[in-house]
Amino acid sequence: MSDTSFTSAARLVRSLIRPHLKPFSVAVFGSLLYAGGTVAGTIILGRAVDDVVLPVFDEGASLADTSMATWAILIVVVAIVRVAGVGARRYFAGMTAEQVSLRFRRDLSNSYVRLPMEFHRERHPGDLLAHIDADTEKVTEVLHPLPFALAALFMVIFAAMSVVVVDLQLALIGFVVFPILIGMNRLYSKRVEVAATAQQHAVGQVTSVAHESFDGALVVKLLGRESHESQRFEHEAEILRTHRARVGDLRALFESGLDALPSLGIVGVMIAGGWRVNAGAITVGELVQVAALFSALGFPVRVFGYFLENVAPSFAGRRRLATVLDVAFPAPRANLKVPDGPLNLSVRGLTVRYGDQTVLSDVDLDVAGGEVVALVGATGSGKSTLVDAIAGLIEPSDGDITLSGVSRRDLDPPDVADAVSFAFQEAFLFADSVQDNVALGRDGIGANEVNAALSMAQAATFVAQLPDGSSTVVGERGLSLSGGQRQRVALARALAGSPRLVVLDDATSAVDARIERRILDALHSSPEAPGMLVVAHRLSTIKLADRVVFIKDGRVVDTGPHDELLTNPDYLALATAYEQAEDQ
Amino acid sequence: MARSSTGAWDTFRRGIKASPELKTGLAATLVMGVAAAIGRLSIPIALQRVIDTGFSSNADGSTSVDMARVVTLALLAGAAVLVSTSIAATAQRRLVRSAESAIKGLRTRAFDHVHRLSLADHVDTSSGTFLARVTSDVEAIARFVQHGLFAWTVGPPIIVGVLTVSAFYSWQLTIVVILTLAPTVPLLRWVQRRQFVAYAELRNAVANLLGEANELITGAATIRAYGVADRVDGRVRGAALRRYRAGLVRNRYNAAVYGVGDLFGSVSIAAVFAVGVWQRESLGLTSGALVAILFLVTILNTPIGELAESTDETQEAIAGWGKVLELLDMEVDVTEPDPGQHLARGPLSVDVEGVSFSYRTGGLVLDEVSLHIDAGANVAIVGQTGSGKTTLAKLMCRLADPTAGVIRLGGVALPQVASASRLASVRMVPQDGFLFATTLRENIRMGRPGASEADIAQAVAQLDMQDWVASLPAGLDTEVGSRGSNLSVGERQLAALIRAALADPGLLILDEATSAVDPATDQALTNAIGRLSQGRTVVSIAHRLATAEAADVVVVCDQGRIVEVGNHDELVNAGGVYGQLHAAWIGNTRNREEARDA
Repeated sequence: MSDTSFTSAARLVRSLIRPHLKPFSVAVFGSLLYAGGTVAGTIILGRAVDDVVLPVFDEGASLADTSMATWAILIVVVAIVRVAGVGARRYFAGMTAEQVSLRFRRDLSNSYVRLPMEFHRERHPGDLLAHIDADTEKVTEVLHPLPFALAALFMVIFAAMSVVVVDLQLALIGFVVFPILIGMNRLYSKRVEVAATAQQHAVGQVTSVAHESFDGALVVKLLGRESHESQRFEHEAEILRTHRARVGDLRALFESGLDALPSLGIVGVMIAGGWRVNAGAITVGELVQVAALFSALGFPVRVFGYFLENVAPSFAGRRRLATVLDVAFPAPRANLKVPDGPLNLSVRGLTVRYGDQTVLSDVDLDVAGGEVVALVGATGSGKSTLVDAIAGLIEPSDGDITLSGVSRRDLDPPDVADAVSFAFQEAFLFADSVQDNVALGRDGIGANEVNAALSMAQAATFVAQLPDGSSTVVGERGLSLSGGQRQRVALARALAGSPRLVVLDDATSAVDARIERRILDALHSSPEAPGMLVVAHRLSTIKLADRVVFIKDGRVVDTGPHDELLTNPDYLALATAYEQAEDQ
Repeated sequence: MARSSTGAWDTFRRGIKASPELKTGLAATLVMGVAAAIGRLSIPIALQRVIDTGFSSNADGSTSVDMARVVTLALLAGAAVLVSTSIAATAQRRLVRSAESAIKGLRTRAFDHVHRLSLADHVDTSSGTFLARVTSDVEAIARFVQHGLFAWTVGPPIIVGVLTVSAFYSWQLTIVVILTLAPTVPLLRWVQRRQFVAYAELRNAVANLLGEANELITGAATIRAYGVADRVDGRVRGAALRRYRAGLVRNRYNAAVYGVGDLFGSVSIAAVFAVGVWQRESLGLTSGALVAILFLVTILNTPIGELAESTDETQEAIAGWGKVLELLDMEVDVTEPDPGQHLARGPLSVDVEGVSFSYRTGGLVLDEVSLHIDAGANVAIVGQTGSGKTTLAKLMCRLADPTAGVIRLGGVALPQVASASRLASVRMVPQDGFLFATTLRENIRMGRPGASEADIAQAVAQLDMQDWVASLPAGLDTEVGSRGSNLSVGERQLAALIRAALADPGLLILDEATSAVDPATDQALTNAIGRLSQGRTVVSIAHRLATAEAADVVVVCDQGRIVEVGNHDELVNAGGVYGQLHAAWIGNTRNREEARDA
């Protein structure tokens, strides 16, 4: 529980609010107005009783001799100040929290988009989304009650002073009641925190069982497992219910106690106050004032508890954000330009290791300007890893990749993106129009270039038939396209902007073989035919290549024209398997 | 607001009916509210008695005190606080427990209902929507139970109690209190309406932010390969800004809502004070009674503030409740017969008689389809996406009932077949080999309840899958991961085939995978399907030429109708729809759907 210790809580809060001191200060100022206004309200009430109510009612004083109107107006004025304070506190505390959230969200986005690809491979998309939404909220939740909690501290001090001024003996009751109140609050916060964490975990379990069960609804039906699923879900729901009931019990016990304690304090004030009035030490109005103070202080003390309740979740959330925000960006490189003219890709001694597993070892590969090279190998041979390394999505453990003689790592990334384009088997489309998905906002790619690229990717016909043509929104939240259609839009993206080298990683796997042939022919016969590196599974594609690079178990085992490689028994076996698959 | 509040009331009534657990909590609610009100009211009353009867002013301005009286009154008030607090605490526990039982009941009933709905409903409604019903919608109710519920159970009795007690002291001053507090009601309603709009925008902004962030995460490779980080980052930053602005607007109303009660409460105190002092004689007021009313008005602040605070939580809970009830109201259109007839073991004949089918939200998928399949025949159904071939197969397993017509298995109409017998005799191997996140062994065991280890081993052997099982990291004990993601698509289908073998069905329905499978697994699949097909009626939804060629009968679907039936050679020579499909197939071995686009 060292996390909830006061100094570490203070350190966390300081780090959160430092860049947002302005709204936070206004919120604290508002809280002070509120605190002052609340204590002042009780003093005014007491004075009004002493100066107006008792003289007029019990001592026969005339109304004209009293300052009734002044007190009545003061009550309203103080209330206005108090309400303005509440408004300022709530609005600006919220604003502070929102500003901190905005900052975190932008930092997270920056990290997600600019950290090396390896960052994404190590993390669950669900976690990354949770960081941007729920975790950020958890971190900043602590900022909502904070100004009020600070004000509550001041309020207790004001109140203690005002009671001490009235009567020290009466103040002693407060010195007994309020520490108990604060102690109970702490105890409650701690107990409820444990139960609430267990409850949150149980919610997660219920969600994952329901998720799996509904996801597999078809299989559940086919196997007649409805009642089994029902039992499984009921079990988790029952655990959740038990935790919830436990939290409910704690709340019932402590909240009632916390409610009753100030009232019991007032009972003490009545008895002790009666005695002090009798002794002539205080007036009846002062007794009323102290009683009113006790009932006004109950709530602020509770808010201090809310603040403490939020500290631990805030810490946990901050730690989760740190798993992203603490990841250092790679040091900037030389940012050279890719040399003009035909582009020569050259891979030398490339080795990629994950832990103690070597995925690629000592791979050499060349694609000269305008050359078509097919990369062939069985599943798991390392083809995709090689493509990922060329795309800069994997940092090689050893070796180098050069473009026209310049090492890839010394080149300006946007300049590389202009010269070399990639299309992957998983065609990712943004929730955007077809037009935007192809252009991606790149310079020099307008409607004409997009249309030309769509034609070359054999996508123009079906795109024209979409409801809004190339303005149709596709992707996750738009119209869904078939696998082959998605791949062709992604291919058009790769072809747009006249790249000098095109790398296709099984990017036409869902495209009809004849269409694939047409695409490759169109690409090959275009005036400035780019070089191509194609990961291929179809014999028809492989045969199109000038040269085949055969890769097995992470090593290049053979390279040359398809016909020559057939003498390699491993290559022959693979080619035969592809041929059979095509014949089916 | 009038419309939404009657909607809320309607939801509440239907909700109580759907959750019998809540009835036991109703009495507890009343007891709790009244007890809490008594606890809070006893202090001002005692204060009034102390001031009026315990103190008396002496001529010299000093006050003499009847200590015995003061102590008695104070202790009585203290006792009232203690007793009412413990009653309220006990009642609160009862209330929460019954509410939590109701929530659990509602949740599990909703879950069960989802699985009772036919596949037609599962097609119409996304699984994400169903998930939200049993999670976030129910959680909205649960949050309300933990917080807002107390505002509603304790607030109204306190307000009524305060007004009653102060009317006892002076009904005229009570009217002053009511009049001065009255403006809070329209004001709070106005703020609430704005708040409602602000929250809706906030929810949209959050959804938008998550959507944009999701693109940034799932498109990570594309973004890096194309160097478009700035563009995508800019969009997420924009979405974060929208979320920020929506948060500020929400804040504005949250800030306003709390002050309103305090402001008018203080106006009320000032008015009671002024009117009470000024009109003391005509009202017959004592100083203690005036102080008591002033205290009572202070007490009103808390419940009014809490009710104002809990409005959005309440709205969310009512909305969530409404959605869950709507789910429970969805009609279950596949009802199982009791006891139902049993199908004979061994191969089953299939008769489809004038079957039509449409989803709730769409047009006709099958249009008066009739078909006879002999027991033990091997039939391939072919057709383009949307031709109705998959739906026809699904109706044969009774995943939904036809909107017209009937399907008979072995001469028995499907709705008359006992569910246990149907599950044992009809088995479909779906295209997407969904597996549960447990071991391969347990996934296979699901094929037949109570299957022994020997049965599982025999099913593996029957399909000649021993080598494949042995090649997995832990054999049958390999954890397949969520959805079976530790296995490849082809391997998931292998597992589904073994699972089907365990059931030994008389009718086997195969939905061939469309996605690419590596050559080795493909060979294993072909082999396993061949072995599994022995001695039963097999209906394949065929995506590959080889399957159609090997079938005894090819059934061609087109736009919801069966247009051709015959064997492969006959149909190719006839040159109809199948002839065209075949022509497209020859040059197209990996993806069949594309034929349409060519």
